[in-house]
Formats: sequence, structure tokens, C-alpha cells
Amino acid sequence: MNSILEVRGVTKRFGGLVAVSDVSFSLAEGEILGLIGPNGAGKTTLFNIVNGVYKADQGTITFSGRDITGHSPDKVVHLGVARTHQIVKPLNDLTLLDNVTVGACFGREYLDLKAARAAAAEVLQQVGLGNRAHMMARSLTIAGKKRLEVARALAAQPKLLLLDEVLAGLNPTEIALMIELVRKIRDSGVSVFMIEHLMQAIMSLSDRIVVLNLGRKLAEGRPDEVVHNPDVVEAYLGFPDIVDKLTRTD
Amino acid sequence: MILRRPFFWLVLLASALFVFIPLRSNNVLLREDLILVAVAIILASNLNLMIGYTGYVNFGNIIFFGLGGYVGLYLATVRGWNLMLAAVVAGVAVSLFALLFGLAILRLRGAYFALATIGVLEAVQAFVSNFNPWGRATGMYVSFSAYQPLGGAMRALWITYYLIIAVMALSLILSLAIKNSKFGLGLFAIREDEDAAVVLGVNATVYKAIIYSVSAFLPAIAGTLMFYKNGMIDPSIAFELTLSIEAIVMLMLGGQGTVMGAALGGGLYETLRSYLLTSPKLSSFHLVIAGGLLLLVVLFAPGGLIGWLYRLAPRARKVIE
Repeated sequence: MNSILEVRGVTKRFGGLVAVSDVSFSLAEGEILGLIGPNGAGKTTLFNIVNGVYKADQGTITFSGRDITGHSPDKVVHLGVARTHQIVKPLNDLTLLDNVTVGACFGREYLDLKAARAAAAEVLQQVGLGNRAHMMARSLTIAGKKRLEVARALAAQPKLLLLDEVLAGLNPTEIALMIELVRKIRDSGVSVFMIEHLMQAIMSLSDRIVVLNLGRKLAEGRPDEVVHNPDVVEAYLGFPDIVDKLTRTD
Repeated sequence: MILRRPFFWLVLLASALFVFIPLRSNNVLLREDLILVAVAIILASNLNLMIGYTGYVNFGNIIFFGLGGYVGLYLATVRGWNLMLAAVVAGVAVSLFALLFGLAILRLRGAYFALATIGVLEAVQAFVSNFNPWGRATGMYVSFSAYQPLGGAMRALWITYYLIIAVMALSLILSLAIKNSKFGLGLFAIREDEDAAVVLGVNATVYKAIIYSVSAFLPAIAGTLMFYKNGMIDPSIAFELTLSIEAIVMLMLGGQGTVMGAALGGGLYETLRSYLLTSPKLSSFHLVIAGGLLLLVVLFAPGGLIGWLYRLAPRARKVIE
């Protein structure tokens, strides 16, 4: 399989703190790659480097065979990498439709306003916010805002979607719906790179998982390989017997 | 299409009334009142592009008006250009100036940007006060003969009045067109959350510089026309910080982010100001009242009059933009 994203030797420092240190991995086309690690491991920083919010101090990012290291975020979206934010960033005083229209207007296709509105309405339906299209974004619940994040990113018609903890703060029903949505997105041909703390969800969704700890890549592999890796168990999961609980199929 | 929007026709209707009412009654006093109202609306609605649409508070907005006045007056009187040509060239020149400055100071956000705009205002004023071709601190005068090409001073006053009304109509139509465009949506996204806008693909650096430059164009033209009509210009009246702040008061009063709000605020505030300035007891209090008004609006009706209307009748959004 072709890799759509190649991260090679990426390092990012903030003053004396090395947030991401010499991390390399690749993401295959059509794959769901999970990114896990304890708080402060550098997961969101890695996302910010991939989509251009931060410039890497060292290393390269290649997307679809094209070097995008140091590209600004708006350029990266045009090339086909969209993302959501862990701390949601709704455009509060715009309607949901306008929020998503921004994504469609300035995304990969750079649609004109009319086409973008039509596309946005469709994406809102897809994430289950269709009946609230004319509400102001500020009035949504946190679950709604997470969906809005996903909708805006999807409206950009990305080839690669970066999802930053879209399940955090949702209740079990909402989680089930979101997992379903992520699967649908992948089935529509979009590659997915997702950060998630919710182990059961990421274990069942991901084709492969990358584990970060203190800015370094600790492990990489299929979910069942990763959770049995002793380093991962120690750094992240804490108790060895938790593995049995997580891998139990019921 | 902008032609299908009711508000577009409302703007044309209002502008037509501005033209015909003083003309029919040949009422020069009314014309002089309306010209001030028109200038207020021009300043407020172009400032709205920065504050209301993009979320950047420009305290130096009056430099566009003042510089436009200087460039236009210089071309029209010293160089003997046709007034309209001089005004348009002044508009283009000031827009280019704004583009260059915009690219530099729009890297700043929030209060830092606002402070930088005051800095630009002071710097421009200091420069012009020492610039020989523009008469340094004494400024420039329009000699009586300069009105001859327009058929004498009397006719020239009417012509500049019509031109200013045209600039007012253009300002409102421009605001309306931007509001309903993809470009406008990008600006709104920047206003709501610039980081999010950039991640969604909006090239914020370019968008901000363009809107800063666009917001300079029509005020600069109005500056040429207004100072030509007044017959003189000097640095202290062309670059008065108070006027910048009053433009902000107008916008907040009417409702930032809406086309109607800028028009309404400009009209109401200017009417109030004229009343206060000419009333014997209150004439030195107009800034106190302006300050109090701003405080009340910000505290109790941050959306201004139009924001308040939207809350009362959400459907009004569709007609009054």
C-alpha cells in the first residue's frame, strides 16, 4: 500500500523542553492510525507539526509524495489534510451551516460560496447536525461542538483527516455514534490519523497504533501487539493485567 | 446576487432621498447637515469592515480620510487635476499605503494591533506636519479659482455633495457585497477565531491586509471631497484621534458587523453631535456624552441597536443586514 503521510525524524523544542523527539512513522492510504500516549507525551504537538501550526526544528513531513514541511496550515488544508481540535474552536457567532461552509470554501476544492453551502448542508446531515444548521455555534453542547469540528474538517474534502480526541467528554451513546462516523469516513476513502485516550475505542478502530511517551516513539504496530508491549504497558497503561481486560472480546 | 437583496434597494432609496430632499427645497443648511451625516456613515461603514467583520479595532481609521484629503487636495489644487480623478487616485494611493502598513502591523493581534494603529496615526501626522509640499503644519488652502472648473464655488459645493452621497452609497453596497461573499465569510471566520480560520484554510495574513486596504479606499475619496469642499486642510484637523474614536462610537452604537448598524449609528451619532455642538449649554460636553454612550452600549447592548433588534426579532436578520 502507498503511504499517504510520512513523518521522518521530526523534533520540536519549546525552549529547553523537547516536546517531540526524532519521531518517524508512516500512514498508509485508507488506514486508521491511532496515536496514544500519556498526557504531555507530545501527541497534539505532533498534529500541530503535521498540519503546519508549528514548524518542526528537524525532520520532514511528506504528504502524498509532496514535502509539506513548514507549509502554513491554510496551505496544508488545500493539499488535503484537515484536522479537528481537542479544545473545540467553534466560530461562535456564526451558524453551524456557516461554520461548515468555511471548511468547504477554503478546503481542498476551494468551492465557491453556493457550492460550499450545498456541500456543508450535506456534511451536517452526515454528522447528524442537519436539523440544527441555522443555530449559532455557541449554543451547541460539547458533543455537538465536537461533531461540528468533524463536520468542518470533512467539508474540506480531505484525503487525510487528523482527529484530536473527538471522543473525550462524550457519553457512551455519543461515543458509539462517533465511532460509527469515523468508520464511515474511512470507508469513504479518507485516511484517518487519530489521537484518543479512550483505549477500547482506539483499539477497535485503529489498524495500527503509534505510542508516544515524553516526546519519543515508544512503540508502533497492530493494536494487540502494542498493548502487549511491556514498555507500553509500563508507560501508559500502568498495570499489566489491564491488558487482558482491554483485549477481552465480548 | 446582491441585486436580489432587499437591503441593496434600501441603500439606493436612502441615497436618492439624500440627493433629492435638499435639491428640491434648495435647502443649503440641510445639505450641510446631510453631508456630515454622509461622511459619518462612510467612516463608520468602512471601519465596520475592520472591526465588525474582521475583529480588528483600528484606532487610526481617520488617517485614511486625512491622507486621502491631502493627496487629493494636492493633486486637485497644486497639480490642477480634475477633482474626480484626483479623488480616485488619492483612494488608490491611500489603499496601497494601507496595504504596506497592514502587512506589517496586522501580525499583531487584539490590543497590540489597536495600539499600533494609534502609532501609525501619530507617525503619519508627524510626517505630514513636516512635509514641505503639503504645507507642513499650516496645511493647504483651496484658492477660490480652484472651484472654477466645476462652474464656480456654489455649484462646486453641490457637486461635491452629490459625489459624497455616491461614496456613501458605494460604502454601504461594498459592505453588503463583502458580507455576502466568500471573502466576507473568511473575514468572519478570522473575527470569530483566527487560529481556527487558518486551520480551516483561510489565508488570514492576506485577507487581513486586503480588508485593511479596502477599508481605506472610500474614506480616502471622501477625504478628498470633504476637504476640497471645506477649502482647507491641516494636520490637526486631518488626523484627529478624537474623530477615529467617534467613528468607533458610531459603529458600536448602531451595531458592529452589520451594514445597517454602521449606517444607523453614523446617522444617529452625527445628528446628536451636531445638536450638542450647536447647543449653547452642552457644546463642550459632546465627547463626555460620546464616552458615556460607548460605555452604555458596550455594557448593556454589545450588539448595538441592530444587535438588540436581532434579539427582539430574529427574522429581521434576513432583511436588515
